[in-house]
Amino acid sequence: MTSLLKRKQQRVDALAESAGTSLAADALRRMLRSPVALIGAFLVLMFLVLAIIAPFIAPKDPYQRYPELLEDLRPDFIPGPMPGFLLGGDELGRDFFSRLLVGAQQSLIVGVGATLIGLALGMLIGGAAGAFGGWVDSWLMRFTDIMLSIPSLLLAISIAALASRGSQTTVIIAVAVTTVPIFARLLRGAMLAQRHSDHVLAATALGVRRRTVVFRHMLPNSLGPVIVQSTLTLATAIIEAASLSFLGLGDPDPSRAEWGLMLGNSQRYIDVKPELAFYPAIAIIIVALGFTLLGEALREALDPKNRR
Amino acid sequence: MALLEVRDLRVVFQRRGTEPFTAVDGVSFDVDPGQTVGLVGESGCGKSVTSLAIMGLLPSRGNKVTGSVRFEGTDLLTLSDKEMRNRRGRDLGMVFQDPLSSLNPVIPIGLQVTEVLERHRGMSRKAAMVEAADLLGRVGIPDPGRRLSEYPHQLSGGMRQRALIAIALACRPRLLIADEPTTALDVTIQAQILALLKELVQDLGTALIMITHDLGVVAGLCDEVNVLYGGRVVEKAERYPLFAEPRHPYTHGLLASIPRLDGARGEKLVPIKGSVADNIPWDHGCAFAPRCPNALAVCREVTPELEAGDVRSLRCHNPVLPGTPAAQEVPA
Repeated sequence: MTSLLKRKQQRVDALAESAGTSLAADALRRMLRSPVALIGAFLVLMFLVLAIIAPFIAPKDPYQRYPELLEDLRPDFIPGPMPGFLLGGDELGRDFFSRLLVGAQQSLIVGVGATLIGLALGMLIGGAAGAFGGWVDSWLMRFTDIMLSIPSLLLAISIAALASRGSQTTVIIAVAVTTVPIFARLLRGAMLAQRHSDHVLAATALGVRRRTVVFRHMLPNSLGPVIVQSTLTLATAIIEAASLSFLGLGDPDPSRAEWGLMLGNSQRYIDVKPELAFYPAIAIIIVALGFTLLGEALREALDPKNRR
Repeated sequence: MALLEVRDLRVVFQRRGTEPFTAVDGVSFDVDPGQTVGLVGESGCGKSVTSLAIMGLLPSRGNKVTGSVRFEGTDLLTLSDKEMRNRRGRDLGMVFQDPLSSLNPVIPIGLQVTEVLERHRGMSRKAAMVEAADLLGRVGIPDPGRRLSEYPHQLSGGMRQRALIAIALACRPRLLIADEPTTALDVTIQAQILALLKELVQDLGTALIMITHDLGVVAGLCDEVNVLYGGRVVEKAERYPLFAEPRHPYTHGLLASIPRLDGARGEKLVPIKGSVADNIPWDHGCAFAPRCPNALAVCREVTPELEAGDVRSLRCHNPVLPGTPAAQEVPA
């Protein structure tokens, strides 16, 4: 017990000693000084917290139709804000505010899910291409070129349309597939650059095993751009997922609280209650902006040219 | 028997659709155990390619290596990739030019030292760490225990090169190739690193191939010197005769172009005319002829052979006579 504590203490001491000096700490320090990074981080953090606690803080049930809101609901009138209903109701008499909150969670699940799947597949392809080179590289890259040549939204629509019945899972898969070639290309390029770097040559000159060269010397040095791209991809994934729902290729259940779907359904009522379209759109923009700013700041912080 | 016998080593680079380029053109030399041999020449003369060919580190495609590189009787050029991997770092070590880019920036120094110990000496991580601290101490890095957990960018340039030397010598290879190990360092650090290399090589009995364009380095370190030009050895001699009486116009020119502290004030440096770009292939005459102050008509027609003499081998039709002062540049 005491030895465990002691070891932990030693590790903390070691960390404290190296603080502000390792590459990651250095990048973090630069991030904290950049206003762009702080704004991006703030928006992202807000989104993450809201998305996670949404079901607990939502004032009303987002799927329930409330008599107070249904009472005055007419084809040419949707009730606005009233006590208990912060932003009033939607076209079916549900609490608009609660639905917006829960929509954040849907976007987070789809965005993170799609990015993680895309990242895993992309790194597998890009890593193999970069590590083996030669014909493996050629074939894998031709494959990604084909995927890249199709506009990503079009590709996502095609994949989503292949599923007989749309669901959240098909949206995640469709968006994930479109991000695969980007991650693959990026990692492959970074790894090829590493392959010809001096320190990889030096490691090879020491007879280090190929596996070790790839996993210890090439891969960790190639991850910077991939990390940045993941952050940026989160933004596009959320937008693409919303687009698919907007086009009716997501879960067909109209009661689902999803920003893209809400945006799509509100089209018909745009002259009755424009807020129904306005708020989900603003929410999507803010979240995408947050991830993009954070990604750009991260890119700058990890760029060795900016090191001081 | 020599430790390393390089015979007629030839490296030809060829990419599809381009003319083949002969970077190393029939280079031969021996390295005895514990001996220090210099390969000297300007950029592009093939000295680095020679070292990479010996180590088997040239890219697997786009080049052709012929001749033989016998290390303790085994021709390294015939070994499989795997056998070569087992020898690199264990029998043959290498130190590169730029110490910062030769270290992996994202992992601590310690891991980069233990890596080779674990690989070739089968040590456990723990034992390797102890040995690594010992190694870093031996190359003159103060407080080696703490340095083990530091990253390359936290070390000074001289420290990094010391660390790289420690890594290269970790498994006590019998041959160390140092490719311009001091070029990226400050002058004061250069001297320290050279002294360190000299001391370690003597202590361990390691043979050293020193690749450099710096004749000062050669003078202080090498037992035997090969001067390369255009991929061929043009003059080969022991250190003293080479410096006292350079016979090849290229060697002569190299020595004459070094500024001297004891020279008269205002004395001009004597450069070698032209640049490597003026090289002509060795097929018809001497590659150095266009830049050579001693060039004769025959130099542009007949390719000179490397002729062995008592104290040196020389590839020249019209060598510099002993005692000739530095050639003066002819005004255009």
